[in-house]
Amino acid sequence: MTAQQIIFLIVALFTLGSGLMVVTTRNLVHAALWLVATLFGVAVAYALLNANFIAVVQVVVYIGAIAILFIFAVMLTRRDMRDTGPQMNRNWWAGALVALLVFAGLAFLLSGWSGFQKTAADLPSGFDAVGLLGEALVSPEAFVLPFEVASVLLLAALVGAVYVAFNRK
Amino acid sequence: MVPLSRYLMFAAALFSIGLFGVLVRRNAVAILLGVELMLNAVNINLVAFWRYSDVFAMAGQVFAVIVFAVAAAEVSVGLALVISVYRRRNTVIADDLDMLKF
Repeated sequence: MTAQQIIFLIVALFTLGSGLMVVTTRNLVHAALWLVATLFGVAVAYALLNANFIAVVQVVVYIGAIAILFIFAVMLTRRDMRDTGPQMNRNWWAGALVALLVFAGLAFLLSGWSGFQKTAADLPSGFDAVGLLGEALVSPEAFVLPFEVASVLLLAALVGAVYVAFNRK
Repeated sequence: MVPLSRYLMFAAALFSIGLFGVLVRRNAVAILLGVELMLNAVNINLVAFWRYSDVFAMAGQVFAVIVFAVAAAEVSVGLALVISVYRRRNTVIADDLDMLKF
């Protein structure tokens, strides 16, 4: 095994383990902190895939903003964070069965695909992924329209969030 | 380099864990945590497909960025709804939020 394979194995096991902790921990603050660990593992996976910009955005946006928003929400709804009572509903075994079936189905579908065992060629020397990504985001021949639509969606969502959570006295 | 299959199976496992969380958790905030795991699994797939096919076609990374924006929108609206519901009903247990049921 090469060093990169060992690193990938460690990162994948760490991420999946903390992901399991996110969905099974009783204390929601701990679940949100395990989510931070999971997101960090995913960021390392992006770095292993040579997507450096995406890895940094993962840390800044997901860990810096979304995970902190979760911790705020957990603390604002604290009375229901009590550790008594079941944290899972009665049909948890059905949920586990569905999740296992989805995983088995995905594994079956993917293993039948011809590109499944594909390996990646080395990046060309002087390859500038960030520059290409920036050009693709603003070029009219590429993705300027989805990019602008995403920004409008974000604005609408933020206005909607303020409206929904606003405390009318 | 690691074959593409490892990344795809890793993402499929993370997606299934997130799906499990969405299906079984009773707390609405915990359900949103599961949704985040699923969105991250999708993002791993997008970036892996970018890296393992033509690296000069940036579609994978562009859509990963768009998924970030959609995830931020989803989380802000979702948590605003949870906080608003908590203020009115004093609960965030998804089973108790049955106002729309006949």
